[in-house]
Amino acid sequence: MKVNGVNRPAPVDPRRLLSDHLRHDLGLTGTHVGCEHGVCGCCTVLLDGAPVRSCLMLAVQAEGHEVTTIEGLAAPGAPLHPVQQAFHECHGLQCGFCTPGFVMSVVGFLEENPNPSPEQIDEGISGNLCRCTGYASIRRAVHRAAELSHKK
Amino acid sequence: MPRVEDDRLLRGHGRFTDDIDEGALESCLVRSPYAHARIKSIDVSAARAMPGVAAVYTAADLPFGGIDLPLLIPHPNLTHGRTQKCLASTVVRYTGEPVAFVVAESRSIAEDAAELVEVDYEQLPVVITPEYAAAARHLVHTDVPGNVAAEMTQEAGDTKKALAAAPHRKRLRLRYERGAASPMEGRAVWARWSEPERRLTVYDSTQSPTSIRGGLAVLFGLPESNVDVIAPDVGGGFGPKIMLFYPDELLVPFAAMHLGRPVKWTEDRSEHFTAVNHERGQVHEVEVGFDKEGKILALSDDFIHDAGAYTPYGIILPIITAAQVPGPYRVPNYRVRFRDVYTNATPTSPYRGAGRPHACFVMERTLDAIAKELGLDRVEVRRRNLIQTDEFPYPLGIAWQDGNEAIYDSGNYPALLNRAVEMLGPRPAGDHVGMGIAIYVEGTGVGPYEGAHVQVLVSGKVVAATGIPSQGQAHATVWAQVVADQLGVDVTDVQVTSGDTRRFPWGVGTFASRGAVTAGNAMFVAAGMVAEKAKRIAAEHLEADPADMELAGGQVRVKGSPDKGMPLAAVSVLANPVRYAFGGGTEAATQFSSKREGPPLQGGEEPGLEATGFYSPPGSTWASGCHAAYVRVDPQTFRLEILKYVVVHDCGKVINPLVVQGQIEGGVAQGIGGAFYERLAYGEDGQLRNASFMEFLIPYSTEIPEIEIDHIETPSPLNPLGVKGAGEAGVIPVGAVLASAIEEALGVAITEMPLSPLKLFELSR
Repeated sequence: MKVNGVNRPAPVDPRRLLSDHLRHDLGLTGTHVGCEHGVCGCCTVLLDGAPVRSCLMLAVQAEGHEVTTIEGLAAPGAPLHPVQQAFHECHGLQCGFCTPGFVMSVVGFLEENPNPSPEQIDEGISGNLCRCTGYASIRRAVHRAAELSHKK
Repeated sequence: MPRVEDDRLLRGHGRFTDDIDEGALESCLVRSPYAHARIKSIDVSAARAMPGVAAVYTAADLPFGGIDLPLLIPHPNLTHGRTQKCLASTVVRYTGEPVAFVVAESRSIAEDAAELVEVDYEQLPVVITPEYAAAARHLVHTDVPGNVAAEMTQEAGDTKKALAAAPHRKRLRLRYERGAASPMEGRAVWARWSEPERRLTVYDSTQSPTSIRGGLAVLFGLPESNVDVIAPDVGGGFGPKIMLFYPDELLVPFAAMHLGRPVKWTEDRSEHFTAVNHERGQVHEVEVGFDKEGKILALSDDFIHDAGAYTPYGIILPIITAAQVPGPYRVPNYRVRFRDVYTNATPTSPYRGAGRPHACFVMERTLDAIAKELGLDRVEVRRRNLIQTDEFPYPLGIAWQDGNEAIYDSGNYPALLNRAVEMLGPRPAGDHVGMGIAIYVEGTGVGPYEGAHVQVLVSGKVVAATGIPSQGQAHATVWAQVVADQLGVDVTDVQVTSGDTRRFPWGVGTFASRGAVTAGNAMFVAAGMVAEKAKRIAAEHLEADPADMELAGGQVRVKGSPDKGMPLAAVSVLANPVRYAFGGGTEAATQFSSKREGPPLQGGEEPGLEATGFYSPPGSTWASGCHAAYVRVDPQTFRLEILKYVVVHDCGKVINPLVVQGQIEGGVAQGIGGAFYERLAYGEDGQLRNASFMEFLIPYSTEIPEIEIDHIETPSPLNPLGVKGAGEAGVIPVGAVLASAIEEALGVAITEMPLSPLKLFELSR
């Protein structure tokens, strides 16, 4: 599979989850695991550009596909991706554990819907749990990310 | 200002405990599937024989297997405190209690091996609700009569007499069920033992690394200086990550020492539900006496607190509840008794709010009952009972969690109420709409103390450290603001480390809305000491009076003469009289020669531009707030719609408005979850029926409304920063507000928490 633009032909145990493969075999620990049953969304990555739960996929199922993780959004030292920047400006994160999953979901969401209404924003982030922020600042961040993306 | 810690977290470069690997062995716990059972035998031979298994431990294999884990915060009224063993070997008392520990080359091998551990159990009768526990038909601990761990009665005034004389009396029975904090990161521990250095290093997703270090040093017979405990990035805590000790916190370091390899353990979500402490379960019997104006004359509260199977955290929770029931209201005669009872359920310890949401629920339901009885407006009844601004300091006559009497330091409760009513505005049109309102106080910032180390480097940059870790509360930003303010440097030039005993070994922990009060003021003290030292050194070299010096713009200079000064970096170089100087400030520093006679370091002086300072609060600070809401409840589906939710909050002086806003918004969301969506559904057999996020419904964005927030600031007179703490406030009154609003919307009496569409359907039938 291709991860963040690089071919990663690592041998994988057939029962290895994609989330565990990314974290523990490839060292991409920015993808977090919060529930391992597909509810919390912490492990969200992009598979061929679309958000998926990496804890609900086996690594071998990603064979031949392109995976983007949080580490792939902005190169080290480069400016943050607009969605990351918006989360920073709007205090859209506290502990930061759910954050990579939210950011990846929002990246996918804004690709599909670059001008979301407040109701659509609620729907767009309703696959991810956050226990710190109460979501208000995340909603503001999504709105801001849409603005920043247009300016780009 | 936006947070300085965001960048690495947003790039996926955070460092949470499970992110640390370094070839560690992985592990898992074998847990009891029964809520109460006798262990007849444990056979680990098949698990041990499995390829890839490094070790399988039972209590018999542990040098500390026979001892009870610590009972934190003992209390004279806790006459029958009980704690669990690290691994159970005779009796298990809650579903999820650990019995064996498996260490293997990978997590999957460890889990496969755990399946092979054979434990023969004989099931015993299960005690699951606090009422059932109090009835004592069966015992959780055979040597604890009546299942009562502690009983405590306190009284201010003469409640019996005042109740008898009151023109109106009302009795209520109010019930709050267990809840779970559910941080998005579960718990995790990673440990490494270096035999050549005899050094133990532990990464732990804890709220109290300093205390974990102290305990590990004693248990393993090591000097504290040979044990490092680090809470790296912690993915939310909310209380239950400060338990000393969860068994894994001893087992992982022990296995690392025993096996000579790093060992890690990471909890999965299902075990988090039964193995990490819960809170909230209480049943209150209230009697209130009041006059025809609705003023409270006397209040009696007799409640049972669900301890769970053990009391590792003492009786802090019911003590807090007992002190927090009166809240912002005058209760001239108040009697409170509690019994802390054992059940065959997960132990309880503080979860955000810690005894207060239930206390607030009790008082606010009582005020609503008074209003209803007298046909008075609910807001007016509250207004008539509020403590006024000229009554501070206000002693309660009831013990606080620090052992002293609870004394409110400051506040302006009428202003909170008036502002909230103003913000709430007119009632929305339509049927099945209800208004709810609640006011609370929160004892915050408990001692005993925290400390901080602040150092100006020779580069002029500043490093600061404190013992308490962050679980998202923006310590790296907020402490930097406090230090930068004292030292006259830019916030971005201050780098903060928190929760790493290698950098600061003293302190207590992050809990009880105490970080800003204790560690924030310790930062203030330490940075102030550094500033004084900088002024003295600079003054000496500039031949000026230290009292005339100021720190601003990275310079130490004479007030009123901005060109007479030197860079802070140069002062840092001068503070260390060595032969070989390095760093950016060196050249500037050599331009100033000391005129002092005698040795370079004179009596009591220390090298370096640094200081260690401590802050120990004289008593708790008392934050307060008022929440109010309009809700609509669908009479067919009982879906709850929160039409408007307003918060007026007073946490004293606000250091960072963005951070405080985030704390409140997050707290309210947790409160809404705890009031209407999240319920730990125990069966009579002691099995938690909904131990997953599929069935324990933490709110998504779609369930949480916009929260309108305003602040009033009554600075605390008790600490230099005037702060009071904001971590728990948001969650406290939400249950009370929603109960009041839903009661009005549906016209059914609400006497319990949490609610749900199903519960409202049942109540409406």
